[in-house]
Amino acid sequence: MLLGLILLAIIFAAGFLFLHPPVWFPVAITSAAVAYDRQFLWTLWIAGILFLAAHLVLAWIVLRRKDAGENACSTGIRASWLAAVAMIAVEVALAAHGTSPLTAGAPRDFETIEVWAHQFAWNFRYAGPDGVFGRVKTEFIADAAGNPVGIDPSDSRGKDDIVASTLRIPAGRDVRLLLHSRDVIHDFFVRELRTKQDIVPGMTIPLDIHADRPGQYEIACAELCGLAHNQMHSILIVMPASEYDQWKLQH
Amino acid sequence: MEAATLTTRRSVRHRIFSTGLFSTDHRVIARQYFFLSLFAVVVGVCLSLLMRFHLVWPQAKVSWFEKIWSVRAESGIMTEELYLSLMTLHGTIMVFFVLTLAPLNAFANLVLPEQLGQREMAFPRLNMLSFWVTMASFLTLIASCVLDEGGPIAGWTAYPPLSAVGSVSGPGEGLGQTFWFFSIGVFCIGSLLSAMNIISTVIECRRPGMSLMQMPLTCWNWFVTAILSVLSFPVLLAAGLLILLDRLAGTSFFVPGDLLIAERNVDHSGGSPLLWQHLFWFFGHPEVYIAILPGMGIVSHIISNFSRRPPFSYRASVWAPIAIAFLGMLVWGHHMFISGISPYSALTFSLVTMSIGAPSAALTLNWLGTAFQSPRLELNTAMLFCLGFVSLFVTGGLTGLFLGQPEIDAYFHDTAFVVAHFHMIMGMAALFAVFAATFYWFPLMFGRMLGEELGKLHFYLTFVGAYALFLPMHFAGFAGNPRRYADFTNFDFLKPVMPLQRWITMTAFALGAVQLIFIWNLFWSMLRGAPAPSNPWSGATLEWNPEGELPGGEPYFYPVKMDVTT
Repeated sequence: MLLGLILLAIIFAAGFLFLHPPVWFPVAITSAAVAYDRQFLWTLWIAGILFLAAHLVLAWIVLRRKDAGENACSTGIRASWLAAVAMIAVEVALAAHGTSPLTAGAPRDFETIEVWAHQFAWNFRYAGPDGVFGRVKTEFIADAAGNPVGIDPSDSRGKDDIVASTLRIPAGRDVRLLLHSRDVIHDFFVRELRTKQDIVPGMTIPLDIHADRPGQYEIACAELCGLAHNQMHSILIVMPASEYDQWKLQH
Repeated sequence: MEAATLTTRRSVRHRIFSTGLFSTDHRVIARQYFFLSLFAVVVGVCLSLLMRFHLVWPQAKVSWFEKIWSVRAESGIMTEELYLSLMTLHGTIMVFFVLTLAPLNAFANLVLPEQLGQREMAFPRLNMLSFWVTMASFLTLIASCVLDEGGPIAGWTAYPPLSAVGSVSGPGEGLGQTFWFFSIGVFCIGSLLSAMNIISTVIECRRPGMSLMQMPLTCWNWFVTAILSVLSFPVLLAAGLLILLDRLAGTSFFVPGDLLIAERNVDHSGGSPLLWQHLFWFFGHPEVYIAILPGMGIVSHIISNFSRRPPFSYRASVWAPIAIAFLGMLVWGHHMFISGISPYSALTFSLVTMSIGAPSAALTLNWLGTAFQSPRLELNTAMLFCLGFVSLFVTGGLTGLFLGQPEIDAYFHDTAFVVAHFHMIMGMAALFAVFAATFYWFPLMFGRMLGEELGKLHFYLTFVGAYALFLPMHFAGFAGNPRRYADFTNFDFLKPVMPLQRWITMTAFALGAVQLIFIWNLFWSMLRGAPAPSNPWSGATLEWNPEGELPGGEPYFYPVKMDVTT
């Protein structure tokens, strides 16, 4: 009896929480993030209906009158298999839909920015006016001397490279981030883009992003990287494209 | 006179070593595993409460912190490295020493032989050895935290390079991390020995005439779990040995070249950090099922017992865990959606992951069906915990629908949503099965009944507490709250989440306090509980009826009696 009431209370509490969530997703600043929210809500509906169904049945089994006698139902076995198979179909469809960006294809024309992560800071490198990144070597890395990514001083292509500790990107343009780590695994996470990507030392992982709404958004490290993991903070500044071009020229 | 003393001494020694500590009796070993995991879970819960405290009050000064951790909480304020080492220890203890040992080793040892109509496991000495190997592993783990520099901070997944390059990557990453890997390696050996024993017992030692398809569902699930153990623990053992070589012998299996860690060059080249993740999760995902499959068997068995019905479909309840185990071996990549694997392999892993929903749904429908068919549901504590398990299993399973989709996972990965998901299903659901098993088989363990009134009180409070704690935690995930952060003070977006975090901490302390009821009930009943009759639950399996005879005289195996519908 009490268990049945608790189960009903849990259903109501879950419903209440979703109607009046204490916290929720941040604003979506790109069409991919809007698509994300749609796919999330779609999944939430399916999960919610299954949650409701299972808990109502469970509550009913506990609460119903006990003089029911034997409830033989051999057709129930068939029904359970049907339900299980239906579940596969629904889930596989969900999964296939949840990977839709696979088919979106890579952008053709994009701004390339390098992301350099280390314990416990972010650096971002822009190619500068010549459009080419200078050569980097670990031996030239010197945080105190202002060369946190290790640009080779003998390479003239690197002279105009811009290195900054905040990430500025132009609104409305495709951007490809090339993710580098010099020490352990980090993770580039921006909530408003609804994406994250591990940064693995020894690998250069590309991450295509696109933001439409100018503003400032926090960049967090989302892979345990050591004792000050929780302090690995930076800012993504989405600028109107013209301002961005202006900013790059000024540096 | 001298001879008499010698005899007494011998008999004392005999009692301590042969029938006590180093007994080969499967029920003694079961109790040893039970108490080891009970001790581990108490430690694990205390660690989680310390973590929850720090997350909400990161600057709080507590005088006894200073006394325990003179270096890592020098002024009474917990440091980030202390938080991360507590977190690492919490995860390791809970996954290995609670969720692996309690449902499988403790309860399979307790009743598997009798349920199969036997008196002993296939290899009693091996059984004793596997417990003591596991104990050695536990002591090594504790040692990793009391060494002078403190415990490792790399989490229970110990991703390299953080975990592979020594103390340069962080405090506790020197000797502490080395001991941690030794502990896990030794644990793998203990689990392997135990799993081989269970498999042999099921295959070779069944009572003549009992076919595999006449075994109780508990035996089936322990059998399948043991097979999973044999397939997955060696991979972790091998990976652990390789990473120890990286740490101690200068190899580079997992560490790439050209690293600069804390301003120092690391002398490695050519290794792959992702190789560790593949090997680790090739073990790590089956490990999730090693924790939950025995629980499924226990719940199938107990729901059937107290519904006074055979399982809704015995065959489905046998094949569904087999299907889950098979598919569970093929989904390790869903832990690596954002690690830098190909989107095409992510799609494959996603489809296989989602298909696990089908056997899980079949099992859930079986539990509901069995209870539905019951003419008279007996809602005693063991049964209540089983119904609670069904609820938590459904809820925790459904959040898997989100995480199984690579695109949705891209936001939720490494956030509080994942923490809530696996605590719901792997933590709470699996522990509910352990609680159910404890109440159900307590008479076989201690010859007494475990108190029902306190048991029910404990159940209701724990059930409500589990939802009050972990349901809101999903919302912290919606806000993008990362996990494994020692505090939430450095990000503006985490400030609105703090009231929610305080709620979670409060409920965690309440839920922790409620467990004292269980501990009290357990020890009180052990010493003073009502003596148990020989078959207190009118169970139909052989552990309650060692003679294997019905009052009418026919030999009775489980499905013959119970499974009348299939």
